[in-house]
Amino acid sequence: MSEPSQVEIELPAEIRDVEPVQSIRTPIRMTYDYIPSSSAIASLNAYAEKRILGGVSPIDGAVFVPPRGVDPRHGVATTETVDLPDTGHIGSFCVTRLPIPGREDLEIPYVSAWIFLDGADVGFLGLVSGVDTSEVHIGMRVKALWKPDDELGRTAENIVSWIPSGEPSLPFEEAGVRGYRKRSGAKGSDPLA
Amino acid sequence: MNEERLRADLVLEYPFTRTTGPVIGAFMTGLREGIIIGIRRADGTVVVPPLEYDPTSADPLTELVTVGQAGVVESWTWVDPPREQSPWQQPHGLALIHLDGADTPLLHGVLVNSADAMSTGMRVVAKFRAEREGHISDIEGFVPEESVQ
Repeated sequence: MSEPSQVEIELPAEIRDVEPVQSIRTPIRMTYDYIPSSSAIASLNAYAEKRILGGVSPIDGAVFVPPRGVDPRHGVATTETVDLPDTGHIGSFCVTRLPIPGREDLEIPYVSAWIFLDGADVGFLGLVSGVDTSEVHIGMRVKALWKPDDELGRTAENIVSWIPSGEPSLPFEEAGVRGYRKRSGAKGSDPLA
Repeated sequence: MNEERLRADLVLEYPFTRTTGPVIGAFMTGLREGIIIGIRRADGTVVVPPLEYDPTSADPLTELVTVGQAGVVESWTWVDPPREQSPWQQPHGLALIHLDGADTPLLHGVLVNSADAMSTGMRVVAKFRAEREGHISDIEGFVPEESVQ
């Protein structure tokens, strides 16, 4: 069978001498109802009060944020909820240098990072601001930049971004999932590690 | 635990652009130029829209041909009301249209006022937009042939 690139395509006369179309727009869009679970409702209500909730595993005390109501490693419900501070560190990060359509509000380059809150065992995605991208590093201590109080709602968007807190950074080996691994002695079979 | 139920409209959206390659690209180029293009198989039959490979033998297909702008409605359904993301805002027919000179049907809208104006076997003709960019929506829809004569 011949390679596609070697195939000669025979065009009808009408389009032989015009500029060929080489790409088309095929946008996809889906609008859907989001009905949060009871643990997500508690978390969203807490956000409105500038509080961040975590769910505690009944098996080993691992703290999940945002709380989903379960410890997915063991398939058990989390029964205890804890307040977490709005401080933590960067577990890993990515510098984006290309604009994203629909997010013209993001100034290029920007940093997205897995934020590991103090006392949490998993990270979640956030934007990092207030620092030159070249200075962002794994283990960097950050704190939440909240929206003004009169703009707070029941949404994780209350946290605009994460800014450096100025505290000494964590060593690389203790940052992100490495920290969890070290604390728990977890091996590769533990999905958190 | 707060028992109040919450809900929110969430939107998942991706403004995708895809490259077309020479065969699909030719179909799109044809639409921009106001013609409809198919591709000939080894047995002489014509597939519309054109495919890059034969659906039975998987051999590359290379001979693009122009087909007619009118044809016969093979089967249809009536869409009322159209969904929000539909290309058509008014109730319309959605039909498999067997174009003259083609051997496979093309799916497109039929722009008539009611389902009573639709029938299997009716002849329809493509209504091209004045402004075209190389997209299937360059054809606004198909209309009954007798209405344009």
